[in-house]
Amino acid sequence: MSKKIHVTTTVNGDACEFLCEPQQTLLDALRNELMLTGTKEGCSTGDCGACTVVFDGRLVTSCLVLAVEAEDKTVETIEGMAKGDRLHPLQRNFLEYNGAQCGICTPGILIAARALLERNPDPTESEVRYWLAGNLCRCTGYDKVIRSVLAAAKEMRGA
Amino acid sequence: MGDLRYEAPETLEAAVALLTGANGRSRVFAGGTDVIVQMQSDLIEPELLVDIKKIPEVRRITAEKGGFRVGAAVTCMELTEHAAFCKAWPGVIDGVKLIGSIQVKGRATMGGNLCNASPAADSVPPLVASSVIATIAGPKGVRHAPVEKIPTGPGKTSLATGEIVTSFLFPPRPRHSGDAYQRFTPRTEMDIAVVGVGVNLSLDDRGTCIAARISLGAVAPTVLLVDEAARTLIGTRVDEAALEKLAKAASAACRPIDDKRGTKEYRIKVTGVLARRVAQQALERARQN
Repeated sequence: MSKKIHVTTTVNGDACEFLCEPQQTLLDALRNELMLTGTKEGCSTGDCGACTVVFDGRLVTSCLVLAVEAEDKTVETIEGMAKGDRLHPLQRNFLEYNGAQCGICTPGILIAARALLERNPDPTESEVRYWLAGNLCRCTGYDKVIRSVLAAAKEMRGA
Repeated sequence: MGDLRYEAPETLEAAVALLTGANGRSRVFAGGTDVIVQMQSDLIEPELLVDIKKIPEVRRITAEKGGFRVGAAVTCMELTEHAAFCKAWPGVIDGVKLIGSIQVKGRATMGGNLCNASPAADSVPPLVASSVIATIAGPKGVRHAPVEKIPTGPGKTSLATGEIVTSFLFPPRPRHSGDAYQRFTPRTEMDIAVVGVGVNLSLDDRGTCIAARISLGAVAPTVLLVDEAARTLIGTRVDEAALEKLAKAASAACRPIDDKRGTKEYRIKVTGVLARRVAQQALERARQN
């Protein structure tokens, strides 16, 4: 086995450190070294979006990032989305509009949708669908997901 | 998987030295969207990954010689957010925007797309059509090569051991120039090209085409630059007769395979149809500046 590498990073605003092997992905380190299991593993090839996180300010699939790359970078995961008991408006609207069924794709979709609304607070339905094209859901048929995002956007604009 | 070493040098010299000393079982690591997948599926078993993202030259977009120099490890999202570049090279942006999801574009790079050497790589036909020159650092120093000279077949490149594509030089843009790229896929997003066509052309003040480059993706072992297709447009006003000849010349240049995405016959037919559409889009863009 390769020698373990010590990584110091910031996850959801908190400084943390872990040991990893060079080939280990950020997804694996989040789940199995830091025990942050909210980020889900789907395809492991960057196609499904279940493992979506914000890495160094960019929306990425954490299965296509090496854990060693997290050194001195910031990572934002689903665990940082609610503030204590206060859900993010996206989370509340996903509950309200049944945007989640089995829930495996939900953390990735929430992180991706938040990134969209930070760039574009008033997206069209089409823009939401294109932005979330990299997040597969095999339960909902997407309509409820899209409705949840649009409702959250509206609420966040104070409209 | 055997022992793997990860290095992230801060200079090109150090990166080249690491790659040169690694007995060939090394990989340049930029966005990682191909390399990680290939490692996970045991298609490649490198002993050394050289992450080039800490090297400033490969990460920046600068003005140079009246054009742009784009670092090979600039991500697709970064490039699509560069307003001046998007305005000058909308066809390159057409290709870059088609590479995977937002998440993949947050990591993927044009350097990686080129060096992964897939014939269906979406950013390569527009780079070829745009006369882009790749700058390459290696053990013997720096050299320059037209982008179309880098891929030599699926997964294979003309790069020697220790060589790294560091940046791409885009030439100055004459007035009345336009480029475009489209691909044909069954779905609009998250798919791989059945056929891709890049067109870059320039017009004179009267609207006659004075320069053109046509490139084809996914219809041969490498992206093709098709001079015969370009000649059908040069000297014309890119009218119906010229477009008809373009479609024939583009189809005639195809050397595709049959696979799950399309048959040979289908790809050859679609190439002509698409070449015509992309030329019309490039023409519209050229008329607007």
